[in-house]
Amino acid sequence: MSEEKPPGSRRTLLKSLMFVPMAAGAAGALHGTLQNADAAATTPPEGKPNPYTPSYFNADEWRFLNAAVDRLIPHDEVGPGAIEVGVPEFIDRHMKTPYAAGSIWYLQGPWQDAPPEFGYQGRLPLRDILRVGIKDLDNHCVQNLGGKKFADLEHKQQEELLSALEKSKLQLPNIGGKIFFANLLSETRNGYFSDPGHGGNKDMAAWKAIGYPGMRGDYLDWVTVRDRPYPIGPVDLAGRRG
Amino acid sequence: MAILKNKVDAVIVGAGWTGAILAKELTDQGLHVVCIERGPDRDTVPDFAYPRVIDELEGSVHRRYLQALSQETVTVRHGVNDVALPYRQIGSFKPGTGVGGAGSHWSGCHFRALPEDFTVRSNMEQRYGKKIIPAGMTIQDFPLTYEDLEPHFDHVEYVCGTSGKAGIINGQAVEGGNPFEGSRTREFPLGPNPNYLGAEMFYKAAREMGWHPYPIPASNASSAYINPYGCQMGPCNFCGFCSDYGCLNYSKASPNVNIWPVVRGRKNFEMRTHSQVLKVNLAADKKMATGVTYLDAQGRETEQPCDLVLLCAFSLYNVHLMLYSGIGTPYDPVSKTGTIGRNYSYQNLNRVNLYFDDSVQANQFIGIGGGGTTIDDLNGNRNDPTRTGFVGGGIVWARQPGTGPVRGISTAPGVPNWGTAWKQGVKHALRHSFYYEVQGSCMSYEDAYLSLDPTYKDAFGRPLLRMTFDWHDNEIKGSQFLVGQALEMAKHLNPLATKGDAKKDGQHYDITQYQSTHTCGGAIMGKDPSTSALNRYLQSWDVANVFAPGANAFPQNNGYNPTGMVCALAYWCAKAIREQYLQNPGPLVQA
Repeated sequence: MSEEKPPGSRRTLLKSLMFVPMAAGAAGALHGTLQNADAAATTPPEGKPNPYTPSYFNADEWRFLNAAVDRLIPHDEVGPGAIEVGVPEFIDRHMKTPYAAGSIWYLQGPWQDAPPEFGYQGRLPLRDILRVGIKDLDNHCVQNLGGKKFADLEHKQQEELLSALEKSKLQLPNIGGKIFFANLLSETRNGYFSDPGHGGNKDMAAWKAIGYPGMRGDYLDWVTVRDRPYPIGPVDLAGRRG
Repeated sequence: MAILKNKVDAVIVGAGWTGAILAKELTDQGLHVVCIERGPDRDTVPDFAYPRVIDELEGSVHRRYLQALSQETVTVRHGVNDVALPYRQIGSFKPGTGVGGAGSHWSGCHFRALPEDFTVRSNMEQRYGKKIIPAGMTIQDFPLTYEDLEPHFDHVEYVCGTSGKAGIINGQAVEGGNPFEGSRTREFPLGPNPNYLGAEMFYKAAREMGWHPYPIPASNASSAYINPYGCQMGPCNFCGFCSDYGCLNYSKASPNVNIWPVVRGRKNFEMRTHSQVLKVNLAADKKMATGVTYLDAQGRETEQPCDLVLLCAFSLYNVHLMLYSGIGTPYDPVSKTGTIGRNYSYQNLNRVNLYFDDSVQANQFIGIGGGGTTIDDLNGNRNDPTRTGFVGGGIVWARQPGTGPVRGISTAPGVPNWGTAWKQGVKHALRHSFYYEVQGSCMSYEDAYLSLDPTYKDAFGRPLLRMTFDWHDNEIKGSQFLVGQALEMAKHLNPLATKGDAKKDGQHYDITQYQSTHTCGGAIMGKDPSTSALNRYLQSWDVANVFAPGANAFPQNNGYNPTGMVCALAYWCAKAIREQYLQNPGPLVQA
């Protein structure tokens, strides 16, 4: 090591980096600008999503949603789970779009029972299908599973309930159980896999997990390549590379 | 009181393929033409510009480029005694809206019909006797021949920069093309696109089956191209966003890229968007149209008088406008009289998925809508109904329009729909699986038709169009036979697993599953005004200054995608108007 250290040497850099968390803990004005201190204060612990406050779902619904999407797309060796990539945030934000309010669905009556080949024939838009279904399922849990709501049950119990809905073995009073499940699942998948700009799929982690190159939209050079996997990571709509 | 516009020569309802073709041809002729389009104006820039156009959530969930069913939809029932229910969410088919219509979000498969497709009934009866046609099947010959349309098939391919390989030119076989096709006068304007893996493997498997694989004619340009109108296309870059999306690259032919640029700006042409045509106005005797009434962008009822009305909406809405306006007599399935709504038909689409090990790089995100490989060995005259059990035919193809995880990755048999095993299944299938499809014909029947719904209304207070349709034994047998053949072919490729969705005996039409946007018939062309709505020039038998070019004119549907045929019929119709009707307005065929 040289005795003389130019400005911006490694030691100086380390010192200044160490300074940031200290500033976060103390009064901002004392050690740096207020802006820096605020930024540091809201920097989440590594590996955890930014805190998000739901504005469509209420507290009970939010707890249900977080528990349910964690079962539908769990964290595992394949890749991140729905919680890590912000699926609940996606769904909450998505509920406030014209689409979730029914803008492109035909919702006029009369509303009649129909065989499955005719799909959902009820009067609710997506955001109400989820809200009504969540309440019904939570009520079912409280009444039949020891007074606990869905989010308070064991993972195995939660999975059994979701599976029962999927297979039409559990009926809900105000919405078809299978319809509710299908919409919950598709919203979970949409949140997991949509462009990060919509609130989920943080850092394109879901695309990376399955090998989807995202919004590249140009594969002419790779159409006839057979002998090796497509090697390039994803890019998102904002132009970020993953 | 409605706003009254100054009279024009012609009104075109809808700015998709047929509207663009009629607008081009009639403004060439010097007519003053107004095109009235219910949706927004759209062009490559800014509407289909990268990257926003390929946002999967907007394109395939919010359905940004499709008709909003909240405004207009149809009701569906399986049988004539059932109560119809609304098509509430996009499923089975995807009508477009806006300038370009479904022609902006199609895939690009661009076929000509086979010569024998024009004469299905007489051909079947001649070859196999009248008994070969099952009771209730109402197929009938087109009132024109392949030879009549050949110049127009040819022109459309040159307008679209269709990329392919001819099989027969001036009666001479050409290596590499479809040996069963109708004779062409020249080669395609562009050569075939490169083969993705599934298409390459299809060549091997199909040849081992003794079939004759050839490149699907694709209106996705294989190289830079300038069409006869001076419109430019760039080579397709396999972006993987054809179906559901406008083309970001000027590569997929569309009304927006290939025709509208030369019509926009003409002094004798006007495009009115966000304008919903409500009905065609008729004179008191219902034998002449006086114009159309529409809602303008501000919601004001507006009357546009004209000499000529061209119904160029999506096939279903052409029929809806005819029924609602009182053009002709509605079809009645009990008395079997009337023509408007008669012979609704569809397409018999089925899929076979193939799953391979990690060494097979299928890369399903790579995609081209119209490219790929197909065979005609089970289509047209190659299908012997005494052997296969069904009248009609179909094609098997390798086609990879490109997919993404929001659109949905089809996982191998036995994979659940959620949880860790699903994640693994999606990861594997995205890179190491592809699918083949069988696209079968769909015959027409006396109990499959379109009418006005007695209960449900659209956003403008009009009755919805009601579709009465279900699968018949003939199509179920066709599905089983064709899927069986495709699965047999797949064995030659040794996949780890396959999945086929042949229709089961007695299976009902499911409106929730996307199958095909090839809705056909309902206002068909024919020789006899008692069994057809339109004469051989697509002119209404009942109201001589109304023409309705579109897939609504097909008496039944063949095994091909309809766009090539629809566009050829539009040019055929335009020629008749230019060369015959304008000189002597009135019926071009005497009833």
